[in-house]
This record gives sequence, structure tokens and C-alpha cells, in this order.
Amino acid sequence: MLKIRNLTKVFNIGTINEQMVLSNLNLHIREGDFVTLIGGNGAGKSTLLNIIAGVYMPEEGEILLAGEDITKMPEYKRAAFLGRVFQDPLMGTAADMEIIENLAIANRRGKRRGLSWGVTREEKTKFQEALKILGLGLENRLNDKVGLLSGGQRQALALLMATIQRPKLLLLDEHTAALDPKTAVKVLELTQELVEKNRLTTLMVTHNMKDAIKYGNRLIMMNKGEIVYDVSGEEKKNLKVTDLLEKFGSFSDRMLLA
Amino acid sequence: MEGLLLSINSAVAQGVLWGIMTLGVYITYKILDYADLTVDGSFALGGAVSAILIMMGWDPLLSLLIAFLSGLVAGVVTGVLHTKLKIPAILSGILSMIALYSINLSIMGGKANIALLGMETVFTKAQALLPAGFDKAMVSLSIGVVFSLAIMGILYWFFGTEIGALIRATGNNENMARAMGGNTDRMKILGLLLSNGLVALSGALVAQSQGYADVGMGTGTIVMGLAAVIIGEVLFGTRINYFFRMTSVVTGSVIYRIIIAIILRMGLKSSNLKLFTAIIVAMALSIPEIKAKFIKPKINLEKAE
Ligand SMILES: Nc1ncnc2c1ncn2[C@@H]1O[C@H](COP(=O)(O)OP(=O)(O)O)[C@@H](O)[C@H]1O
Ligand SMILES: [Mg+2]
Repeated sequence: MLKIRNLTKVFNIGTINEQMVLSNLNLHIREGDFVTLIGGNGAGKSTLLNIIAGVYMPEEGEILLAGEDITKMPEYKRAAFLGRVFQDPLMGTAADMEIIENLAIANRRGKRRGLSWGVTREEKTKFQEALKILGLGLENRLNDKVGLLSGGQRQALALLMATIQRPKLLLLDEHTAALDPKTAVKVLELTQELVEKNRLTTLMVTHNMKDAIKYGNRLIMMNKGEIVYDVSGEEKKNLKVTDLLEKFGSFSDRMLLA
Repeated sequence: MEGLLLSINSAVAQGVLWGIMTLGVYITYKILDYADLTVDGSFALGGAVSAILIMMGWDPLLSLLIAFLSGLVAGVVTGVLHTKLKIPAILSGILSMIALYSINLSIMGGKANIALLGMETVFTKAQALLPAGFDKAMVSLSIGVVFSLAIMGILYWFFGTEIGALIRATGNNENMARAMGGNTDRMKILGLLLSNGLVALSGALVAQSQGYADVGMGTGTIVMGLAAVIIGEVLFGTRINYFFRMTSVVTGSVIYRIIIAIILRMGLKSSNLKLFTAIIVAMALSIPEIKAKFIKPKINLEKAE
């Protein structure tokens, strides 16, 4: 589904702050994979996701999504194939717009927008059904401004918005890191549910090693812009946090702090 | 007293005509979250285009349309400067505004103003059609109300469409709009274009109603627009239906004009008018800050009880 070849990203080229954040990275994610991605602060995880999403352009390398070369495609165009949820709950939703308006915009991801009405009647029913899955009672608050919701509710909504039009790849960048532990668990379980229900190919960054082991069928560890560990299947299922810590210790001790 | 009433009458009419400009400022400032200074230039642009066309014998109504179109172009230029050439928002507007000063002068054939003495305008035309009792201010008001109602209706519809919703999302959270497949550059250009089109239309109407276009007639447009938007917001709040928010913006413009008329009556020198406006806007813009400082504790107390 996703093929990344020889990806290199350098920030601040030609200045004293020049920094190679990804170096010659290769990654192949198969259709239906649910990959968890861990690594210390500054390992380049967010940069990798941002390059896949087109927020930054890479210096070298290519990105193929479902066989199509998207390396140079602008961010808004490749959004047609990608569902994204960010760490900051404020980033994935429009606070001053209603829940139903946010969902309607999400429902048109990758579609041509014209001068027909922004929300159709059929959509209203569809959104109510979809919101019920969240179990937050939002189906009765369609016309509330999203700004009225809590961080957890906003993140759950963002997740729904990212998946309401089935994406070829779902990118989650520490999307529960800003939530309190209880809410984080709920949002993670919801993530699992949506991924399974829609059989989504997913790449999820997390700073929590337990979650990285618990969720998904494959685990990748990054360090200093490179993939240093990649396990899947049985081997991944049997992983323990101590295994990861050990693995990690051989690269850096920063992650222990994370 | 009668003099005051008369000047308030004409203030209301002017307020509605300028209110169309305010709707344009509302689009950029409130919907796109973009303080666009182009409007100072595009307001005069509309006036200049309309006046010169009338002098050339064009139909005054048609000249309004051309003025509107010229405003669209000005908006696109600012939009391209900002989105494609990555020039900061404020600066893009200033550049267009400055460029428009020269352009407006050359449109007016190098003259600083064009008088429409004895020329037919939409107002003289309407006056001929309306019953005899309608004085000049009433005619201006009627035309202003017809135009602003029609524009509000169109804007209400437009911002409810798929594209309109995306423009709103772009102004509210650009990041989200792009992640949802929105071409945010295009949406900003679209908003700027629409806004400056309305501002130019307003400039054209004002020029026709006052009977002249002046290269300096747009100076301070952005500040007056902001004043009106904020007055509307303070009086009617932001939790009202979208159509009424637009009405409140035009009403804000009317109230602003009335305040000015009264202040002038009270003896403020008209040369101090812009200083006065700046003070009003600065005060209005600081209302949220002042509210946050003084009103919040009150709410907390209520909760504690
Ligand atoms: N836009 C940017 N400009 C310059 N440097 C950046 C930018 N984004 C990230 N970096 C740098 O790249 C490195 C990797 O960052 P990031 O990908 O956010 O790491 P992670 O998500 O793994 O914590 C960090 O050193 C960070 O400072
Ligand atoms: Mg990160």
C-alpha cells in the first residue's frame, strides 16, 4: 500500500542549523497493516508522517501510495487518500463550525466541491449513525460548535472525520498524547474499532510502548532518522516492554524519559 | 435639532451604502481571519471605475457591475501575493493598496477627483422612478437596502455551499481544511476576491450617491469596516444566526455613521475624524481583553455561590 524508498529530509539547508532528520529511509507497509511507530523525541517520526502527508517535501527519495507516485503531489491533493489525526486536538477540527459542518467537510475529502449545499439531508442520518459508535452522545449535538467539546471528544470526532471517507492510509501522530489517561484509553480503543471495522491500513505513532505492543500487527522503532527495529506477527505479539527498552537502550537512552 | 435629524438621516443612508463595504471586510476579517488592507485601494477603485465610466456615457448600473469586477481583480492580486508568493497577509494588502493608488489615479485620467455634476447615476434614476416625496437620503437608503439585502442573501447562500463551507474552514483552521483535501490557497483567494468585489461595489455606490469620486475616498476603509464589524458584534453578539450576523455588520456601519454625525454636530473638527475613528476601533478591539480582565471574576463568583 505504502512504499517509501531512500527518503531523505534535511531541515534548514545551508544554514548553521542544517539537520538531516531522515536519512535514506525505506519502508513498505502492506495493505491492512496496522503499524505502530515508536522512537525517542526528535527521532523523525512526525517528520516522516508529515512527508507522507505532503506537509514537507523530501530532499530525496520517493513515496508510492497504492502504486501511485505521490512524492511531489501537493498536500491538499493527496489528502484524498489519507486520513490524519494530530497530537493537538485543536488541529483536526474547526472549532467555530458545527459538528455536522465538520463532518460534512470531512465527508467531502478527496471529492470535488461545488455550489451545492454544504450538508445534505442523507448526510445528517449518516453522521448520526456514525457518531453513535463513539458513544459520546454527540449524535444529539449535531449543531453544537466543535469548540464546545472537550479534548477527548474532539479527538474522537477527528478520528471519525479522518475515517468517514475510507482513506487508503490512516496516519495517527501521538493522537492520544494530549489526553488524560482514561480518555486516551477510550480513544485508542475507538481507533482499534474503526480500523478493524473499515479494515484500514494504519500508521500510528505513539510514545507509549505498551500501546505500541498492544495495538497493531507490526511495530517499528526509529532512531535518528532511521528505522532500527521492525517486527511483526507472532514475534511482535510476544514482545515485552523490557524487550523494547533493551532494544532501545542500545540506541539511545532518551526514550526512557519519554 | 432639525439639522441633527437631517444629518442622521443622511448618516443612515451613507451607513447602509458603506455597509456593503463592511460586508466585504467581514468576509476577510471574520471569516478568513485576514486583515486585508487592499480595501482602502479597492474602495476608491470602485469609485474611480464607476465615475469614469459614467463620464464616458455608460449606464450607471452597468458601471456598478464593472466596478465590482475590478474589485475582484484587486482581491485576486492580493491573494496571489499572499498565497503563491508567500508575502505576509498585511504586507500583501499594503502592496495592493499602494499600487491601487497609482492605478486609480490613472483610471481617473490623472485627476485626483471626478465630479459627476449633472450626470445620471443610479440614484438620480431611482429618484425619477420613486414618488415625489422621496428626498435624496431616502433614495440612497432605499437603494442601499435593496443592494445590501440582495448581497446578504447571496452571501448567506454561498457560505452554506460546499465551497463556502470550505472557505469558512480555511479561515477557522487552515490545517484541518487542507487535511480534508481543501485547496486553502484557492479558498483564500476566493474570499479576498469576493470581499474586494463588494468593497469596490460599495465605493462605486458611494461615489454615485455623493456625486464624485476621489482618489483619497478609500483612506481608512479598513478601519471603518472593522469599527462597523465590531460595533455590530458588541451590540448583537456572535451567537446569532449567520444571516443576522451579516445584518448586524451593516447595522454596525449605520450606527458608526450616526455616531460620527452626532460627534461632528457636537463640534468635532472633521479633520480629527480619522483620529477619532482610530480611537474607537482601538477601544473596540481591546474589549475582549478588558472583558477577560474584569468580567471573568464575576462569572466565577456566580458559580461559587
Ligand atoms: N519544520 C521544521 N523545521 C526545522 N526542524 C524541524 C522541523 N520539524 C522537525 N524538525 C526537527 O526534526 C527533528 C525530528 O523532529 P520530529 O520529526 O518532530 O521528531 P519526533 O516526532 O520523532 O519526535 C527534530 O530535531 C526537530 O527539531
Ligand atoms: Mg512527534
